[in-house]
Amino acid sequence: MDRITVEGTKKDHQVLLYALSTCGWCKMTKAFLKDKGIEYEYVDVDKLNNEDRDLVNKDIKKRGGRLAFPTVIVDEKILITGFKKDNISKALGI
Amino acid sequence: MITLENVKRRAEMDAKAHGYFLTPDPDFLQNLLEGLKENEERYGYPSCPCRLASGNFDWDRDIICPCDYRDPDVEEFGMCYCALYVRKDVAEGAKPIEPIPERRPQEKINRASGEVPEKKEAPDTKGAARDTNRKFFYCKVCGYVTFREEPPHVCPICRAKQEFFEEIVLDTKIKVR
Repeated sequence: MDRITVEGTKKDHQVLLYALSTCGWCKMTKAFLKDKGIEYEYVDVDKLNNEDRDLVNKDIKKRGGRLAFPTVIVDEKILITGFKKDNISKALGI
Repeated sequence: MITLENVKRRAEMDAKAHGYFLTPDPDFLQNLLEGLKENEERYGYPSCPCRLASGNFDWDRDIICPCDYRDPDVEEFGMCYCALYVRKDVAEGAKPIEPIPERRPQEKINRASGEVPEKKEAPDTKGAARDTNRKFFYCKVCGYVTFREEPPHVCPICRAKQEFFEEIVLDTKIKVR
């Protein structure tokens, strides 16, 4: 499954965003990270086949989350469900 | 062809009929409408732009906009899950637009990810009444009947206010085959 990298000046954390290409909240999350200059990777899960969707589902569940969008994963351990600006900022130290 | 204008008009009419408003931020609204249009083009029905659809109509039925969860969500949180539909006070800025919890049952969410339930599912004998606290209400002005958790803010048929709705209490048990 291909991850798309959005380049930014801040690369202190590894940021992965599971998103839907159609979702307003996901678009807000993408814009927020970009505005803050955070480098991140994202996957638009609605564009994946079932096999890859299942991998995403398992990846999110493994980290204690559930299949909801956006899901932000910071440094492979902090998982944030939904566009919760404060939680994302805190996890990224911004 | 599905145009953005049609998607918008449909949402506006639906909001008006049910006494709701569309999300006040024009950019956010535009994003959601484009998402609905995209889903209608690829699946054949406008499923919620903020939920993962399976592409199987029967599995996605509950998240076709306006979704089954809109009315209780607008009632409780002032906005639906994707925030396309909001309550009057939210539209007027009394409360910020923010993410709300997901009301959709987990097993329905799992199916969109390609996860097949382990057990064969029991037949859905109670239909829409399952997993909900929905009740029947009727409009004392025009007779419109609706099945939901709370009566609507305004009757979509005759515009009577919520106070004109009364719950229908049946004193006999409905037999489900």
